[in-house]
Amino acid sequence: MKIRYKGIKRVYIGLIFIFMYAPIALLIIQSFNKSKSRGRWGGFTFEWYGSLFTDASIIEAFTNTILLALLSSVISVILGTMACICISKMKKKARNIMMGITNIPMLNADIVTGVSFMLLFLTLRIQFGFGTILLAHITFNIPYVILSVMPSYRDLNPHIYEAALDLGASPVYAFIKTVLPEIMPAILSGGLMAFTMSIDDFIITHFTAGAGVHTLSTKIYSEVKLGIKPEMYALSAMIFITVLILLILVNRVQGSARKEDA
Amino acid sequence: MKNELIHLNHISKSYGGKAVLDDLDLVIHENEFVTLLGPSGCGKTTTLRILAGFETPDNGSVIFEGKDITNLPPNKRQLNTVFQNYALFTHMDVASNIAFGLKIKKKDKSYIEDKIHYALKLVGLEGFERRSVRNLSGGQQQRVAIARAIVNEPRVLLLDEPLGALDLKLRQDMQYELIRMKNELSITFIYVTHDQQEALTMSDTIVVMNQGYIQQMGTPESIYNEPENAFVADFIGDSNLFPGIFIKDELVTIDDVPFPCTDTGFGTNRPVDIVIRPEDVKLVKKGEGTVSGVVTDVIFKGVHYEMCVDVKGREWVAHSTRPRQVDEEVDINVHPYNIQVMNKPESEDEEAVRENG
Amino acid sequence: MVKTKRIAGFLGLPYIFWAAAFIVIPLIMVVWYGLTDENGGFTFANVAAIANPAHSKALFMALLLSFIATIVCLLLAYPLCMFLVEAQKTSNSFLTMLLIVPMWMNFLLRTYAWQSILEKTGIINTFLTSIGLQPLRLINTNGAIILGMVYNFLPFMILPIYNALDDIDKNVINAARDLGASSRQTLTKVIFPLSLPGVISGITMVFIPALTTFVVSSLLGGGKILLIGNVIEQEFMVAYDWNLGSGLSLVLLIFIVINVIVSVLTERSEEDYAS
Repeated sequence: MKIRYKGIKRVYIGLIFIFMYAPIALLIIQSFNKSKSRGRWGGFTFEWYGSLFTDASIIEAFTNTILLALLSSVISVILGTMACICISKMKKKARNIMMGITNIPMLNADIVTGVSFMLLFLTLRIQFGFGTILLAHITFNIPYVILSVMPSYRDLNPHIYEAALDLGASPVYAFIKTVLPEIMPAILSGGLMAFTMSIDDFIITHFTAGAGVHTLSTKIYSEVKLGIKPEMYALSAMIFITVLILLILVNRVQGSARKEDA
Repeated sequence: MKNELIHLNHISKSYGGKAVLDDLDLVIHENEFVTLLGPSGCGKTTTLRILAGFETPDNGSVIFEGKDITNLPPNKRQLNTVFQNYALFTHMDVASNIAFGLKIKKKDKSYIEDKIHYALKLVGLEGFERRSVRNLSGGQQQRVAIARAIVNEPRVLLLDEPLGALDLKLRQDMQYELIRMKNELSITFIYVTHDQQEALTMSDTIVVMNQGYIQQMGTPESIYNEPENAFVADFIGDSNLFPGIFIKDELVTIDDVPFPCTDTGFGTNRPVDIVIRPEDVKLVKKGEGTVSGVVTDVIFKGVHYEMCVDVKGREWVAHSTRPRQVDEEVDINVHPYNIQVMNKPESEDEEAVRENG
Repeated sequence: MVKTKRIAGFLGLPYIFWAAAFIVIPLIMVVWYGLTDENGGFTFANVAAIANPAHSKALFMALLLSFIATIVCLLLAYPLCMFLVEAQKTSNSFLTMLLIVPMWMNFLLRTYAWQSILEKTGIINTFLTSIGLQPLRLINTNGAIILGMVYNFLPFMILPIYNALDDIDKNVINAARDLGASSRQTLTKVIFPLSLPGVISGITMVFIPALTTFVVSSLLGGGKILLIGNVIEQEFMVAYDWNLGSGLSLVLLIFIVINVIVSVLTERSEEDYAS
């Protein structure tokens, strides 16, 4: 009985995993498909991985995507962490209002957020382009940073900061030496989350990009009807595999560090 | 007495309209071991935080060696704190924790090395320099926290319930360790605790606090033997606390039974509170004592037995190494010297204290 | 100390301005555009346009499909989370693998890939015909859209439920067993009620993106099935009727606000319970 229950558990978790990863596996296989039509296997090829680098529009979309994710996550990490310190010191009512506003981009539908940005930029006659996308991405990224950093900052033993002051540190030095290292994991995971969200975003980018500027998402969307270029599969597969390997490496390093510690 | 080091000059502090300290005035001398003792919420920790500079009093001032340091930030004060739960920097090893303050003061490397070595030796953790503080036991973390504070050669070490998180055996060992360190360093220790046993064991001076007031201040012996009011008597040690009448000098009555005592100056026929420590309640054979009663409970406490004796409806608690039987009839004797007479609380505030305490 | 507090206040200023300029004001713009005509005069016509049969049908379809998708997500996620919590050894990295890593493959591509699985010559139908069965019509159906919604939003259901279940003190469960509850009773009387805030949070986090999507429906619905999201997207990007688009967005906002109220209320009642 017990063994069978355990077996069912394993199979169930396995099936969900397959469900999540089947399309991804398919896309990676597709990137090696000689045939351009996705229904037919035309033989194995590395061709798309080569021609990818000569396709200026894909490279540009890729650069835009990475640049947006980097800039928006770094800026939102800085603004968000600063905001956490301030918000946690606020009186309860003010804090609730700020957290309520912070939650809006997370609770709101992406389409409404996207549309609201579009209307703002239209009304202010701001030229749509890289800048408008960046503003939008920073805005929807900050909540991820705040929601990640805030619990960690509030859980912090306040005596640690006071201990540093007590030992003669200035407030800034005490913050850098004691508070920052303690909340760093939360800042990094918030930042990583923001980076991921920015890379994966399509809807809000769609409404704030205007003509001419493409990210990978908007480029893929515009290609869907005509058929997606195989180079796009190759690029996406490369990004995915790179991130996967990086994550596994980081995990290994952390895992072994933890073992040494114990 | 020795030189005056710190003067907390009529300090008041309230949070959100609730007074935590009310006109607290306290003088601390050089090289003294002072304990602020009281139940939680009595203002002892707030007093400590005002001393360290983490809080600013609403009224009053903090005088350190004649200079007003009320608004001096904590990093500029010659006091260091051992925090409750230690507040160690968990991302640093033991040596870096201890070196933290010295590095800020830009001491040179060999000086820091020497200091770390000295401090670890003092707290009995030699060879722990490169250990991560996360993997230390509670007692070891406690020692690192002390080492981290004392390497800065503070004039005063503030300790905020430092033994609270340790188990009983370790707590008793650390009490002796702290006294030893105090003697070796010859600096002032200001110690906050709610544990009367700790206070009685270690202190030169105990300050008993409740609801933002100082209830009594004095040596452990005077606090224990001559509590000034019911709160102190009740808070320090076990005690029998009875209402009585001060008939005249050296004579009181408890439930109309006369008891000779040694106190004078409470007037005549005045209601007072009377404290008798359980170990001073002598159980004797029937017919040989001042009052008679019946034993209702006998509890073994380790060193002694605790007996509850019903005397005409009032319960007396007695401690003795010789157990009695339940329902045994006994008489009670109290030496006049062991009867402590106290004034009834004057204000309603004090009354409330007594009922809650 | 007073000084430190003031510094902390200044640190928050950039974000407070940012939030006002890019969160609050844009939302006010939606309300503004939604309640005015192209000349700037006040009107309810844009919101009332939801009664237009094409629009109301799109809203109804969106509500229906997102409702089903939310239920499916819940039914899939709850047992999964129970298994993961029971396994105990479940590490953060495993959850990251399950929920976050897939996001590194562009979500449009991931959704698009389902076409290859579902279409007439896709994997499933190729398999069916190879074993002699009739091919099924899978792509461009309501079912395909629901599948796409479940696939995209399942992580939003898993995460809060997992956290809620993981937060339950194991001794509370032991206590229930100790007091004589069967495993089924423990589940229905103790575990499920305790995880309810997570469940509700999961429901709100899946329902809103599913209700408002236009991508899933246009990728897997073949453009035949229009949801309210598609209508709004077209008003903005094709018809350039921002007032009408905003008016319909306001209708969506009503659902979002209801959602927020529900989640706030459950959070509040939980707090009451705790205090």
